[in-house]
This record gives sequence, structure tokens and C-alpha cells, in this order.
Amino acid sequence: MEDDAPVIYGLEFQARALAAQTAETESIRFLVGTQSLKYDNQIHIVDFDDENNIINKNVLLHQVGEIWHLSASPADKSVLTTCYSKTSDSKVVTCAAMWRMPKELESGNHESPDDSSSNPQTLELLCHLDNTAHGNMACVLWEPMGDGKRLISLADNHVQLWDLQESSSKAVISSSATLEGKGQLKLTSGRWSPHHNCTQVATANDTAIRGWDIRSMSQIYCIENAHGQLVRDLDFNPNKQYYLASCGDDCKVKFWDVRNINEPVKSLEDHSHWVWSVRYNNSHDQLVLTGSSDSRVILSNMVSISSEPFGHLVDEDDLSDQEDNPQDKRKEPLQDSIIATYEEHEDSVYAVEWSSADPWLFASLSYDGRLVINRVPRALKYQILL
Amino acid sequence: MSAVTDPDPDPDSPGSDPARKRRAHGMLKLYYGINEEGKPGEKRDPLDPCDINGARFEPEVYLNKLRKDSSLAELMDQETGMVKQIRSLDSDMQTLVYENYNKFISATDTIRKMKNDFKKMEDEMDCLAANMAAITEFSARISGTLQGQHQQITKLSGVHTLLRKLQFLFELPSRLNQCVAMEAFPQAVTYYTKARSVLHQYQNMPSFQGIQNDCQNIMAQLAQKLREKFSDGVSSSSELSECVELLLRLDEPAEELCDKFLSHAQSRLEEELAGLEAELGAGSHQQAPPTASTSSTDILEFIDKGCNNFVSSLCLVIASYQELFITSVPGTSVSSRLQDGELASRDVPRMASSKLVEFVDRLCGRYFSVVELRIREEKGVGDNSLLVRALDRFHRRLQAVSKVLPGSGVPARGTEIVVGAARGRVRQYLAGLKSFYLDSLTDVRQALSAPRLPGKEAPSLAEVLGGLSSAVLNQVKSVLAYVHLFTAKDVSFASKPYFKGEFCSQGVREGLVVSFIQFICQSSQQFCESVGEKGAPSTPPSLLLLLSRLCLDYESSTISYILTLADEQFLGQDQSPLTPVSVLCAQAREVAQRLLNHYVKLQGLIVSQMLRKSVETRDWINTIEPRNVRAVMKRVVEDTTAIDVQVGLLYEEGVRKAQSSDSSKRTFSVYSSRQQPRYTPSYTPSAPMDTNLLSNIQKLFSERIDIFSTVEFNKVSVLTGIIKISLKTLLECVRLRSFGRFGLQQIQVDCHYLQLYLWRFVSDENVVHSLLDEIVGSAAHRCLDPAPMEQSVIEVICERG
Repeated sequence: MEDDAPVIYGLEFQARALAAQTAETESIRFLVGTQSLKYDNQIHIVDFDDENNIINKNVLLHQVGEIWHLSASPADKSVLTTCYSKTSDSKVVTCAAMWRMPKELESGNHESPDDSSSNPQTLELLCHLDNTAHGNMACVLWEPMGDGKRLISLADNHVQLWDLQESSSKAVISSSATLEGKGQLKLTSGRWSPHHNCTQVATANDTAIRGWDIRSMSQIYCIENAHGQLVRDLDFNPNKQYYLASCGDDCKVKFWDVRNINEPVKSLEDHSHWVWSVRYNNSHDQLVLTGSSDSRVILSNMVSISSEPFGHLVDEDDLSDQEDNPQDKRKEPLQDSIIATYEEHEDSVYAVEWSSADPWLFASLSYDGRLVINRVPRALKYQILL
Repeated sequence: MSAVTDPDPDPDSPGSDPARKRRAHGMLKLYYGINEEGKPGEKRDPLDPCDINGARFEPEVYLNKLRKDSSLAELMDQETGMVKQIRSLDSDMQTLVYENYNKFISATDTIRKMKNDFKKMEDEMDCLAANMAAITEFSARISGTLQGQHQQITKLSGVHTLLRKLQFLFELPSRLNQCVAMEAFPQAVTYYTKARSVLHQYQNMPSFQGIQNDCQNIMAQLAQKLREKFSDGVSSSSELSECVELLLRLDEPAEELCDKFLSHAQSRLEEELAGLEAELGAGSHQQAPPTASTSSTDILEFIDKGCNNFVSSLCLVIASYQELFITSVPGTSVSSRLQDGELASRDVPRMASSKLVEFVDRLCGRYFSVVELRIREEKGVGDNSLLVRALDRFHRRLQAVSKVLPGSGVPARGTEIVVGAARGRVRQYLAGLKSFYLDSLTDVRQALSAPRLPGKEAPSLAEVLGGLSSAVLNQVKSVLAYVHLFTAKDVSFASKPYFKGEFCSQGVREGLVVSFIQFICQSSQQFCESVGEKGAPSTPPSLLLLLSRLCLDYESSTISYILTLADEQFLGQDQSPLTPVSVLCAQAREVAQRLLNHYVKLQGLIVSQMLRKSVETRDWINTIEPRNVRAVMKRVVEDTTAIDVQVGLLYEEGVRKAQSSDSSKRTFSVYSSRQQPRYTPSYTPSAPMDTNLLSNIQKLFSERIDIFSTVEFNKVSVLTGIIKISLKTLLECVRLRSFGRFGLQQIQVDCHYLQLYLWRFVSDENVVHSLLDEIVGSAAHRCLDPAPMEQSVIEVICERG
């Protein structure tokens, strides 16, 4: 069976920030933030019509500065946060703010006029995450599966937990932690674990990965030298609570069991340059997506360390009958492998993201502003499902 | 008396005519009826009536014939002749008669004398007869009188012998005592065995019973003494066997004796074993401090001692045991037992031999464990000729046991030990080789990282590599030579199937040589894996380079050389699968490739770290106008040059793309002319789309560059890899920053400087060009106030720097 061709969407500006609209589970929608020093930056709301293979876009102006990071509220489709840099007094400062998009766009306006790009609409500012005291914002994380009231921001060497009040119009730091150490420590990236009642956060700085308990705001583990060079991104396995994927400048993707931090469970070295982004599929955690500055996106099947190491367990009744010799009935353990390497990009890929609506679909964004939407190969999809 | 006439007719006519005499004889013969036979010449008809000498002579016929036939003269002659004959005959007759007459007379005298003698004899005979009659009479009378007493005497003499026997019996206890006192045990046993059956027979009589009891007591004592002697440690083996023989004759149960004999032998053998063990213990204690290891006995001495003491006495014990219990038992000593327990005694040899086998197995087991322990202590990785000789001796001596005790598992076990020792040895050599290799690596590492002394040239990489390579090769060769001793022709166990087949192929070739090569590959590979972690003690990059070259050399020649060497020395005869050379070569090549890749990565990392820090730490917005190339760029070029020299020592130059120019000036002009049109649109943007479009179109025509890609085994490829990594890092770092006007200009200057110096190192200078273009382009994008510097100014600055 022929796989659908990738769908490519070109932005006018260079771009680094990509997010799925987490609260949206019906239609496939991605948010892209641009980087331009000279023009007004934009947030593109990219709707993908799976049936017709058509992309609809809406553009929102983001005039305060170039967008370095973008994340969408898990509870409210219309709310999103950006980390942006602005220049003031010949100084570049990175700030974070929470925005609400106009009502008519939040659920995707399929009948939007073609000239929508020419008449961009503006975002409504909900509040600033005031960080003047703490330095540059690296990223903002929403509480996974939460009610959209809690955020964590990473600024230089601080981890800050924010509570949103007054229908998100006010953000207050409820607690914070500071990373102490020699030199200028700078948190580069982080993820909020969906497990343990959402009480854990993992952050990356330089070559180390640290875990934090946000109730006490204390460090719970630290993987020193997780990568040979800078750690670029992290992701938690959505189905296995101790499993964590990381990627970095040593071209490697590593999988960790945080209970044993001395040794990665698995290490991949498929990219030929820095790996900037790693994402577990939300439903099928054997599918791991990585984007790299070698301009490639690689979809790997890490079945051996997934929550379904023997493939999909088809029939539970059947299994209960055969409990004595389960090995005979189950499929052979599948091999870890690269499923596909996507080469549609021509510049460094800085972000990859799975769709929140369709688990078989993902988007990747390269620096030259090219957004590519791809699907998991059908053969594999059926292999996993059946 | 015809006998008188016949024998001597001659003595009276000596010198007479023989013919006449014969005729006379003939006539006498005729007369006495004796026919002359055997004279075939004479044909005379005896019945001729005319023959005057014939029997049927008739005078009338003769006369008539004579008268008829003869003339007168003849007749006259005949007549005279006849007269003569008659006369001679007469005289003959007379002589004969005379002779015979004399003989008659003497005979008559003799007879007369005899007559007188007989008369005398007759008288004496009469006298004798009378005497005999008297004697007969007497004798009859005596025998008559003695008739009653005769029987009594016979009876008496019978009683006498019986009494003597009884006396022997009665004296037996004291005699036995005496014997026991004199320790003449064999004598005592002989006495006792003589008397035993009698005593046994009459045991129901009280007196005999007493004797028997006494004897039995004494013999019990004796047996006791014998046993004591038996169990006494000091007695020699010949004494022992004597004891056993005596005890056997005393009907001691053979099984018990076997046990005792064996236990006694065991105690002595165990003493020897304990001696060996003590020595072993002492040896190991002494070996605990490493310096004293030489003072302990070497293994040859140890095995010698074991062979001479333990194995030979074991053989002796086996031999004497067999003589006592197995071969001799049914014939002699136990014959008496055959009567009462035939079945039991038949089982004795079998029982005894099974005991013996068990005994030998047990002791040998202990002996073997001692020997094994001792062998295990042989850990030195040097010359093992001593060990081989010791094993040889060990093995040889065990053959003696197998001769004495065929069917025993001992020699097989011994062979197993030898095989095990050989295996262990091979393992040790492998470990030795490995540690030697690791030590050499450490040395190399130190040599590489040692601070260079002023005035003293550091050894070049090529020299270090050569040293390492030859040292390892020599070590392998010497180890092969050592191991080869195991298969030498004069070694007794070399003919065992293991040493002919498996030892050569699986042991030496696979276990030693192949494993070692694989170890080299693996340990080298570990350098690729362990390094790169920040903070971990990283391998000096030059070591990676050196190992890569080493593995490559192994791939090209050394592996096949070593394997050929091993195959020649060890012609294995079994068919087990061997690792082919090609597999090892492929492995080595792969490792070499990985090492080189890792080297590139590491060097690239070092350079790119410098670049990254330099970009990240600078405030590019508020920087001043560039007057110089930044120091870090100079440093990058210096480092790259150093790497170029380093790699050049070990790897060939490699191929460059043809368009490479020899003049930096010309390259520069190409660079700037290509660069210019790409810059322009981004500075004067008419529409935001243009930039991306143009750069994308540009990219459509240039090949995608793999940054961390596999390099080839040559200098240019290595350096290309390093430079690519460094420049890509620079690009990514630039993209993360924002630049002011002078920041962009500084980047321009830096890139131009790099362009001037880096192109010569790479295989395809377009790679450098396009990467530098992208860097400058990205910087321009990230610039708040993009006002590029004049190309001529850039050139001036770079030339000044």
C-alpha cells in the first residue's frame, strides 16, 4: 500500500518553535512561531485536513519579538505561551507571556479566506510571566493533562512554578528552585512528567539531566554527563513512568530508566549531527521521533523498551487460556529499528511534534521555515494495531 | 670221543702236503657225515661208485672200471699210488689213535678224582640237614613261645607315636609362646596350622579343648601382635606383606585384611601426600609475597617428588596387594577356607580388586587435586618448559600405574589433568598477552601524553606505533613458541588425541591467537565507547589515531601473518570450524574505521568546543568594530595544522578534488564572487520570501553535507571531517545568537580568515566554502543592523592578522 506523501508548508520566516495544540483532540492542528529580527513575528495555526490532504493556515501576529519556544495549554485550546526575545537598549532579553487567540480561530476555521495571511489577526495578551529578576526564559511547560492552571518556566538557572489566577490574567510564582553550581548554569530544556500525579519535572543543563520534585522543589536525581555534549531535549515516555528519552550534541538519542542513572537503557546514534528534538508518540511509546541539524527526521521503533515489548496483545481471553505457555502465543520480540528517515528538510530541523489528535501523524519544522507533516507508514501502523 | 679227533688233525703233520691233508680231512669228514659245503668248484658226485673217497664206493666196480680203462702202466701207477695212499692213511690213523688214547687216560683220571670228592660232600650235606632240622625245631619252639607278646609290641609302638604327637600337642602352647616370644611368627603359624585340624577334630574332649583354647588364645595374641605390627607405622612393606600372609594363613577374614592393609598403605601414602600438600601450602604461602616466589620449589621438582614418593609407593602397594589378595588367595592360603566357605572365598579376588580400585581412585583423586593445585599455581607467563616437562613426567609415571592396574581410571584422569593444565596454560597466556598489550598501551599513552622535555624530541607517532606493533608481535611469537612445547614429539602426552586436534585448533588457534586479535579489536573499540563523556578520563586523540593505524595494519598484514604462523606450528587434525582470516580482518578494519571516526569526532569536538565557547560568551550586539581576526580562529587554524601533521605521520595524503587551487588568492576571489550575490538579497529585502527562496534554491544545487560521517583512511578525509564538524558547530552557534553590525562584521572577518587557511586541508574546498557562506549568511540574518564590511577591508584585516 502506498503511503501518503508528506505535506509541506512553507513559512516566510525562519522558525524554531513548534507545538501541537494539546487541548484539541478532534482536528490536527499545529502552532508554529517564527523568528525574524526585522519583521513582525507570527504564529501560524496550521490545520491539516487529513481526508483531503489540505493545509489551512491562520496567521496571528506576535509583535513583541522573535519566538524561541511555544507551548499550548492542555485545557484551553485558545491559550498558549511563547518565549520570545526582544531587543531593548541594544540588549536581547528573552521573556515569556501567555496569550489567547481570537475565538473564531481556536477551533480552526476551515472556511477561512485565502487572504487570511494578508490580514493577520492579533493575539490577546493574557499576562506576562514576569521574569526580570531571573534572566532569560528558555521554555514554558504546562502541567500535562492538567486544568491549565499551572505552569513551569525555565529561566537561566531557575525552575519556577506558576499558578494562574483570575482566569489566567495573572500569574504568580508559587515556588521556585535554583540550580546552584560552578560557572554560569543555564537550563536549556525541560519536560513535565505526566506520571506520579504530575509532580516531577526533568530539566537539562549542559550535559546533565536533573529531575525535580515540584512539591518540595528539590532535586530528585541527576544524570551527570547524560550526553557527551550539550543536552538539547528531553521527553518522558507517556506509558512507562520511569523512562525518559534525551538527545544532544553528541548526535545520540539516549533512553534512561531514572531509577538507574549510571547507564542509559539504550543509546542510538543514527543522526550525523546534533539532535535537537526527541518526542515519544503519545499513544504508542515505541514510536520515537527525532529531529536533527543534519536536516533529517528519524522515526524509530523502540519496541524493546516500550510498554508493549511483545507487540500489541491482541486478545486477552486468548491469553488467559494460554497462561502456561505465553511465549508460544506471543509474537517474537520485535527488533528495534529505524522505521523511516525523512529527508524533506533542507535546513536544520529544530522541532518535531506528534499531533495530539491523530497518533499516526507528526510535524517537523526546519530553520528555513518549512513545516512538513508526515504519517507513520501504514504497514507499521497496522502491525502495531493488529 | 669224537671231539678229540676233530679240532687238531694238523699238529702231527706239520709241513705235509695240504692237498693230501685235505683229502684226508675230506675223507674223515665223509666218514663222520660232515658234508663239505660252500665249495662250488668241486663237483663230485658223492654217489659215484667209482669215487674211492665216496660213500657209495664199490671196489668191484672201481676195479672193473680201472681194468677196463687203464693200461698196464697206468694200473701200475694206480697201484703204487694206491699203496702210497694206504700207507699214509695208516700212519694218520695211528697218530689219531695215539692222541685219543692219551686223552682217554686223563679223562679217566679226572672222573676218578670226582668220585672221591662227591663222597666227602655227601657227608657234609648229611650234617647240614641234621643242623637244619635242629634249627627248625628251635625256631618252632621260640615262635610258639613268643606268639602272645608280638601283638602287644605292635600296639606299644603305635601308642608311642601317638604319645609323641600328643606331646607335640601338649607342648604346642608353650612352643607357640616361645615362638611368639622369639618373634618367630612364621614358625608359630606353621605349627599351629599343623595342629589346627586335629584340635578342631577333637575339640569335644575337655583336655584338647583346653589346648585348643590355649592355642587359640596364643594365636589370637599372635594375630593381635601381627595386627599391631601391621598397624604400626614403621614396619616396612615387606614386613607388612609377611604379616598379611601369616594372617591370611590364620584364616583372618580377607576382607578385613584388605581393609587394614589398604588403610595402612593409605596412612603411609597420605603422609606423603600430606608432605606434598605441606609443600604446596608452603609454596603458596611463600608466593603470597611476590618477591619470595622464586624460593619455593619449582613445579618439576614438586612433580618429581610426587612421582618418586607417592606414585612409586602406590605402585608398590598395588603390586604387593595384588600378589597377596588377588593372585595368591585362591591357590594357597585360603584353601582351608574353601571347605567351609567356598562361595565366600571365591569372591575374595573380586572383592579385593574392587577395594583396590576404590582405594587407588581415592588416593589418586587426592594426589591429583594436589597436583592440580600446584599446577594452578604456575601463573608465570614466561617460559613453560619446566611445566611441560613436569607434566610429561607426571603423565609418564601414571602409565606405570596403568600397567600395574589395568582398567583403572587413573591414567585417564591424569590425561585429563594434563589437558586441563594445557587449557589453563593457554588461558593464562591469553591473559598474559592481554595484560602485556594493555601495559604496552599504557606505556604508549604515557609516551604520548608525557610533557615534552625541552631539547628532547618526543617520539614520533610512527615510531611509537612501530614499537608497539613489534613488541606485541614478538610477544605473540614467543607465546606461540612456549605453547608449542606441549606438542613436542618427545612429550609423552603429545600423542593424545586432544593435543593432536583440539589443542591445536580450538586451544591455540581459536583460544589464543584469534581471541587475542579479537581482544585487541575489542579493547580498541572500547576507546570509542568510553570516551566522549565529559569529565571521564578521555583518551588522548593521538592514541585513537595510533590504534586505528594499528588495526588497519593488522587488517592488511599482521593478522594473516600471525595466523599463518600459528597454523604452521600447530597442524590441527580435527575438523572443528575455525575463524577465517577474512572475518578477523573485517573486524579489524571495522574497528580501525570506528577508531578513526571517533578520532575525527573527538578532534572535531575539541575544535568546536573552542568555537562554541567563543560564540556563546561574546556579546555580539555591543561588540566593537573588528580590527583583528579573533584569537580563537588563529587557534583553530593552528590546531588544525597540528592535527594535519599528526595524521600525516600515520596516514597517506589522500585525494583532493581536482579544482583545488594552490593559491589562496585565487580561492579567495572565487569565494567572494560566489558569496556576493548570496548576501545581497538578505541585506536589501524587498519581500520576506526572497531570502528563503534564494537560499533554498542554492541548496537544491549543493549536495547535502553529512557532518559526522564515515571517513576514509587518509589524511585529507580525516581533516575534512574535522573541519566540517567545526564549521557546522560554528553555524549552529551563530544561529542561536543575535548580532549587531560589528558582530556581523567580526564574523565576516573570522570566516574569511578560516577560508584563507582551511581550504588546503580538505578534499573538496567547496564544502568549506558553502559552510562558511552559510555561517555568514546566518549571521546576517541574525543581525539587527546588517551592514556588511567591505571585502577589501576584510582582506586587509586578515592579511594583517
